[in-house]
Amino acid sequence: MGVFTMPSLGADMEAGTLVEWLVQPGDTVSRGDVIAVVETQKGAIEVEVFEDGVVQGLMAELGAILPVGTPLARIGAEGAPVAEKMAKEAPATNVPAAPERELPCREAAPPASGPSQSKPQPAPPPRPKPSARARPAASPAARAKAAELGVDLSVVTGTGPGGAVVLEDVEQARAPAQPLDPAAEMRRAIAAAMVRSKREIPHFYLSTTIDLEAATAWLAAYNEVRTPDDRLLLGTLFAKAAALAAAQVRQVNGHYLDATFVPADTVNLGIAISLRGGGLVAPAISDAQNRPLPELMLAMKDMVSRARAARLRSSELTSGTLTLSSLGETGANEMIGVIHPPQVALLCLGAPRIEPRATGDGITPRRVVTASLSADHRVSDGRTATRFLTAFDAHLQTPEEL
Amino acid sequence: MTEAEIRKAFLDALTMIAPDLDAATIGGGDHLQDDLELDSMDILNLVTALHDRLRLNIPERDYPRIATPDKAVRYLQEAGA
Repeated sequence: MGVFTMPSLGADMEAGTLVEWLVQPGDTVSRGDVIAVVETQKGAIEVEVFEDGVVQGLMAELGAILPVGTPLARIGAEGAPVAEKMAKEAPATNVPAAPERELPCREAAPPASGPSQSKPQPAPPPRPKPSARARPAASPAARAKAAELGVDLSVVTGTGPGGAVVLEDVEQARAPAQPLDPAAEMRRAIAAAMVRSKREIPHFYLSTTIDLEAATAWLAAYNEVRTPDDRLLLGTLFAKAAALAAAQVRQVNGHYLDATFVPADTVNLGIAISLRGGGLVAPAISDAQNRPLPELMLAMKDMVSRARAARLRSSELTSGTLTLSSLGETGANEMIGVIHPPQVALLCLGAPRIEPRATGDGITPRRVVTASLSADHRVSDGRTATRFLTAFDAHLQTPEEL
Repeated sequence: MTEAEIRKAFLDALTMIAPDLDAATIGGGDHLQDDLELDSMDILNLVTALHDRLRLNIPERDYPRIATPDKAVRYLQEAGA
């Protein structure tokens, strides 16, 4: 019996995306069988199992970015009681969440189950463990409910007196499985990528404050004569200006792979999207530099709604060549970000604000934004980064040409 | 429309664009951005939804007037919803 985990498929691999299961709970597998397909930065890789046994449960959801070591599946000896139960209860379709129902039991179960295990305990366990007794302690109501629902009482963790199974435990055991906490998974994925970034990428940072009067005036006039569904956001202008600047300054647009910078021939602009409820994804809009503003706006709307519904395509998550991260309308003035590997730069925008600025002979209030570029010193230097920020600024001064 | 109908239409649109919000727990004075954490894309989607449902084209300069449900109900009433 063992837990099959996300293997390390290379020294630099922090995480992989599970894209396909080739087995179902109940399948018999032999050492060397391919059981899953994992998408890594080196492409799709077929993953082999290390032992003979029966797949007792799939523990990871398709599409999740999983750090190396994350449990993916449980492989047990043939004929194990859990496997039988799984095979009976799990539907034929691949529902990764279903086996999670067993997780509370798995946590509580001793490594080698058996009644003898409970004797030499120095202290009582926090929660009584299910045992192999023929007739587990259970309240009459729990027993009746278990019979009605077809729940096996011997695998239900009891919370009643002396570890007896009570009605609530049966209902709990029957309740639909809770999927892995997506927010926690997301945080782990972010952590893996950011740790790798900070470890490998010699970041340097440049900031500049950009006057937004031209862009906001143009945008207000544009939106004034349009119904809401045809309006643009300032963020659309930022995205287009960033894409155009990246197309001009190629050293910030591409991937750093195998100690070599590979400039991209188009701009797949990653847009950092914060998810309601926590977490962040940065799916990319392909060929952003060639899309007219209304089309770019539609693509952004579509991507934000799909990001929030967790329906992004894997290509969107891997194809980004430069990422834009904006704080939005309110918040801090400036943000200095961490590059998303294998990309080599990240453009961060603080919240736009009104600021007194020297204009001509006087001082006037102007709407401005602080743009900060984090860049990879293996690929570019301050001069290059300045060229990018200058180009970005210039595009925002001529919004009608965006 | 009555005030209650307008409020319901507004909250319906709001919970449609941010499905994690529960209409029953949204206060009349809750600020869409500061309290309910809507961003500019959400606000635009909300205004689009109100346009579809109430046939009211809310100009950008009036966005501050729908910053809370209470303000929005007042504004939408004045605007002829």
